[in-house]
Amino acid sequence: MSNLTRGLDRLYIRPKTLDEAAVLLAGEGGQVLSGGTDFYPALGDQLPRGRVVDISGLRELRGISADAAHTRIGGLTTWSEIIGAPLPRGFDGLKSAAREVGSVQIQNRGTVAGNLCNASPAADGVPPLLALDAEVELVSRVGKRRLPLADFIVGNRKTVRRNDELLTAVLVPRRLDDAASAFLKLGARRYLVISISMVAAVVQLDGSGRVAEVHVAVGSCSVTARRLSKLERDLIGAPVSGLATRVTPEYLSPLSPIDDVRATARYRLDASLTLVQRALNYCVGNS
Amino acid sequence: MATTHEVPVRIGTDPIPFSVNGRRVTVSCSPLQRLSRVLREDLGLTGTKVGCDAGDCGACTVLLNGEPVCACLVAAGQAEGGEITTVEGLSQNSPAGARLQQSFLSHGAAQCGACTPGMLVAATALLERNPTPSDTDVMDAIGGVLCRCTGYRKIIAAILEAGTAISAETSPQAGAAVGKRLVRLDGKQKVEGTEIFGADETPAGALAVRVVRCPYHRARFHIADLSVFVREHPGIHSVLTATDVPGRNCYGVIPPFADQSVFAEQEARFRGEAVAAVVGDAEAVEMLNLADFPITWEELPPLVDIDTALSPEATRVHANRPGNVLVRGRVVRGDVEKALAEADVTVEGEYETGFVEHAYIEPEAGFARRVGEQIEIQACTQSPYMDRSDIAAILGIAPERVRIIPTAVGGGFGAKLDLSVQPFLALAAWHLGKPVRMVYSRAESIISTTKRHPARMRLRGGCTREGKLLALDFAADFNTGAYSSWGPTVAARVPVHASGPYRVPHYRALTRAVHTHLVPAGAFRGFGVPQAAIAQEQLYDDLADAVGMDRLEFRILNALDDNTPTVTGQVLGEGVGIRACLEALRPRWQTARKQVAEFNSAAAGPLRRGVGVAGMWYGCGNTSLPNPSTVRVGLKRDGRIALHQGAVDIGQGSNTIVTQICADALGAPIDRFDLLSGDTAITPDCGKTSASRQTFVTGKAAHMAGAQLRRKILEMAHACSCATIVFANGGVTVEDNGRSHKLSLGDMPLDEHGYVITSEATFDPPTSPLDENGQGIPYAVFGFGAHVAEIEVDTELGTIRVLKITAAHDVGRAINPTLIEGQIEGGVAQGLGMALMEEFFPGKGENLHDYLIPSAGDIPPVESILIEDPSPIGPFGAKGIGEQAVIPTAPAILNALHDAIGVRLRKTPATPDRVRAAILAARKGGAHG
Repeated sequence: MSNLTRGLDRLYIRPKTLDEAAVLLAGEGGQVLSGGTDFYPALGDQLPRGRVVDISGLRELRGISADAAHTRIGGLTTWSEIIGAPLPRGFDGLKSAAREVGSVQIQNRGTVAGNLCNASPAADGVPPLLALDAEVELVSRVGKRRLPLADFIVGNRKTVRRNDELLTAVLVPRRLDDAASAFLKLGARRYLVISISMVAAVVQLDGSGRVAEVHVAVGSCSVTARRLSKLERDLIGAPVSGLATRVTPEYLSPLSPIDDVRATARYRLDASLTLVQRALNYCVGNS
Repeated sequence: MATTHEVPVRIGTDPIPFSVNGRRVTVSCSPLQRLSRVLREDLGLTGTKVGCDAGDCGACTVLLNGEPVCACLVAAGQAEGGEITTVEGLSQNSPAGARLQQSFLSHGAAQCGACTPGMLVAATALLERNPTPSDTDVMDAIGGVLCRCTGYRKIIAAILEAGTAISAETSPQAGAAVGKRLVRLDGKQKVEGTEIFGADETPAGALAVRVVRCPYHRARFHIADLSVFVREHPGIHSVLTATDVPGRNCYGVIPPFADQSVFAEQEARFRGEAVAAVVGDAEAVEMLNLADFPITWEELPPLVDIDTALSPEATRVHANRPGNVLVRGRVVRGDVEKALAEADVTVEGEYETGFVEHAYIEPEAGFARRVGEQIEIQACTQSPYMDRSDIAAILGIAPERVRIIPTAVGGGFGAKLDLSVQPFLALAAWHLGKPVRMVYSRAESIISTTKRHPARMRLRGGCTREGKLLALDFAADFNTGAYSSWGPTVAARVPVHASGPYRVPHYRALTRAVHTHLVPAGAFRGFGVPQAAIAQEQLYDDLADAVGMDRLEFRILNALDDNTPTVTGQVLGEGVGIRACLEALRPRWQTARKQVAEFNSAAAGPLRRGVGVAGMWYGCGNTSLPNPSTVRVGLKRDGRIALHQGAVDIGQGSNTIVTQICADALGAPIDRFDLLSGDTAITPDCGKTSASRQTFVTGKAAHMAGAQLRRKILEMAHACSCATIVFANGGVTVEDNGRSHKLSLGDMPLDEHGYVITSEATFDPPTSPLDENGQGIPYAVFGFGAHVAEIEVDTELGTIRVLKITAAHDVGRAINPTLIEGQIEGGVAQGLGMALMEEFFPGKGENLHDYLIPSAGDIPPVESILIEDPSPIGPFGAKGIGEQAVIPTAPAILNALHDAIGVRLRKTPATPDRVRAAILAARKGGAHG
């Protein structure tokens, strides 16, 4: 190794335990690297500047488990692991989203925590987890906190994660285990595509076949993915039949899409309406 | 968590151990280095390709502990203790991998070979887990690896059928190579990962170069004292600017129009234009933050569209080009105004297309070294002799002192005709006397190399009540960007072709190539003809509809034939196969029409289907300009044959095709041939790989050289022309009327080329200059074809799924049907991309996740129908196919869109938002989108 790159060595640390990682981040700090699927593309042809804490060796952040209240998805769980895991019906939408993350190569490396912390407006994992009322667990040397995903991501590539914190797990309430769920991603090609819009829906019916609880989240149409709260409220108690027809354009008012190389803002709203209707239909078997 | 103990600082000072292809290795590198870099640069495993460094292309796919990953996204430190399999290890480490390599060869699934390693590795992971995958399984598995050449269908077939024997020729009998599905002769190295591309060799001690580029569409700049910069940056040896160009700081593919600087002087004319190059030790150059470069920019108002550039008050992009018009093109025949006035039916249309990026998987790369008073450049290129002329002029030395060694080319499609890395490498190596290497990043490749010309086209057409075409009036402006590149060729070629392959007695086609302050538009598969076809073929559909005629029958009625004059007055006499192509499509067309009607009448939901057809013709070789190829064949003392064929194989298969032709002309088996590439020091000029000319022009020269060698051998044996020559190990025997004469090659003297006998032949297609109305003989041979597209439109989302393409092409003679199908399928994929998703916006999305090319899941089954209406002049009757294949796809899809939902898009590509907007506008009462 030459003198020039040797300087980089001190910039790379790969802790083996969460405790070590927390101590490191509490001290000198550093940029967090895990699956690398956002880290490296962001570098372009530059080398990383500043210290990098590679958390990919933290085994305790891997895997999916459940207790009475929550399904716990370790932060370092990859999308491939989500696809392969036996998960309740409520996670079908999340699994669909996992299959739409980039490509198999990306799904094998990219992690749930990375997807959430990178906080791209087009992050495939965010709408389905928002629709599942997911919470995130953040750990630092000084402690642990838990907050709703909806409060965690606050802007385009902005979260409330402090630099000394790691996103250690995503927690999904078990009450949605049996709910129907769906995820629809709209892009201009089949694979390796950044969405123009995407919609996740979770629908829980009551004993009489009416909507007991419904969650709808739309991504790529605002700086962060958004839940359509008014729609969710208004659909409670609605019969399954004709459910989608109740979705009118006004319900999409929380969205504020932009024009970019992928599509116009106007189209995004128009297409999102269709996607919301289709996702709901899918959930209630009207597709 | 409240642990307070000190962390044992585990830092990356130690060498990193892991295993590669079953071998334990330890590397000393930054643990943050991308694994792809470590494999290629530290371990020499250059089979793993780097296409984007962002996970967007999948070329660098390797197995990490059995799972496919993009090696560009894995930190070296994360590989610690892992097991890695690269393409080089597939045959040894995976039975599935070995089967796939064979299957890729026999199916013709590797073209340029740049995506092949990634494809093979991704497919190996699939087959190891699931030996009997479905189509969808295969697409899911390879969806993360982009291919720009094959159109994916042969790759999918190769994976589905890996392990099943399919008939592919590897050693046809002497004289029987033409027409065989011969496995490509350079295929083995492509599937084994041993092929050498531009970035795959690095001379010891090579310095690196990074180019400083203009960040604005147009800017004046001032570079401060560079000696200070060099002094303050250890490891940086020199910075080159315009003042370091010893010869002409000007180059261009068409010498009379040459206008591009190696380094801009004072003002840069497009975002991405080079202004300086930093040369130094590889690591110092890599570490460099170019934000520190001492340059000040003054942004100037740019011209970014055709209208502004043409307005009278517009500034001139080049002082010597008034009105910002680089060149005009014109073909006029008959009286178009009168004919339109008299036509029973007339229609008109206006169409627009955008910049299209070539997006080959291999970014430009190479190295140069100074050898005494000579300069050698090894790089990926489509045009070694043109590179040689331009580099000589830039260095101010004789062309003979420049040696261009083309590497394998990981896709070109026209953009690697122009210089890219070569001038920087040549100047740095020349001045510093050390080898210098350069590899473009994806962003650099996209920002600085040529694009397909955006076109704005206006047309009027007229026909009789019976559907006989009478007149076409076509006018087009092409945004040629800041420099000429191939703008003159596009402006000249389009008017010759804009009639399509039909009889149009009254015709006027006027074109302009217009300068703007955008990336230069250049050559891209078809030189503007694909854009023109988008307009003309949609207009013809409108005419057919206007007279109530079936759209295919309208084309058949008007198809050119052997004795009908073209719009330039040329009568081809023989080999006009367009009618045969259109008629071959009739069964599929009629079936598809029926199926579409049934589907749509039953459709309750948002899906509608449509079927469209479009025709094509395309002249092979330069337009009315000389473009000779010279092929040399030498008989060696051991009885083997050296074939110097300088047609650069950019994946299309010229290494194989030219050898097949030469072999049959000579009567020798393929395995007796030793191929010599387009190295300008050893191989004569075969011109550029463009204009669909290599099968035709170089193939013809190879045919002549092979036949000439045969005559010389027969003369030596005093045998008659009907004798048989037997090429066997250790010698050549001539069998003539039962007499057998063995040539004692070992005793014969060697000629100046080092051969016992050398034959050399040059072929230049016979053409004639076009007069002021564009009348004359622009090409000696045309290829013809037509496609039928079947599509499904989601009318609520505006998305389009192409269900099937049926492609009929008159190739004269199918020298190698597998390679021709590969060209057709790849052309279809590019045409589909152009129709549905591809548009480059300078300054936005300079990467492969914003700029989209079709992935494996976007390409439908393609049925190729090969028509063989021999060209009287082509070798064994063969015509070109490379560009022909791309032209009809986009208009066929756009016609299918109109068939499905009754809207025409003025702007291509038909992205979901544009399609949906057109649907909504049509519902509101506007007829057009």
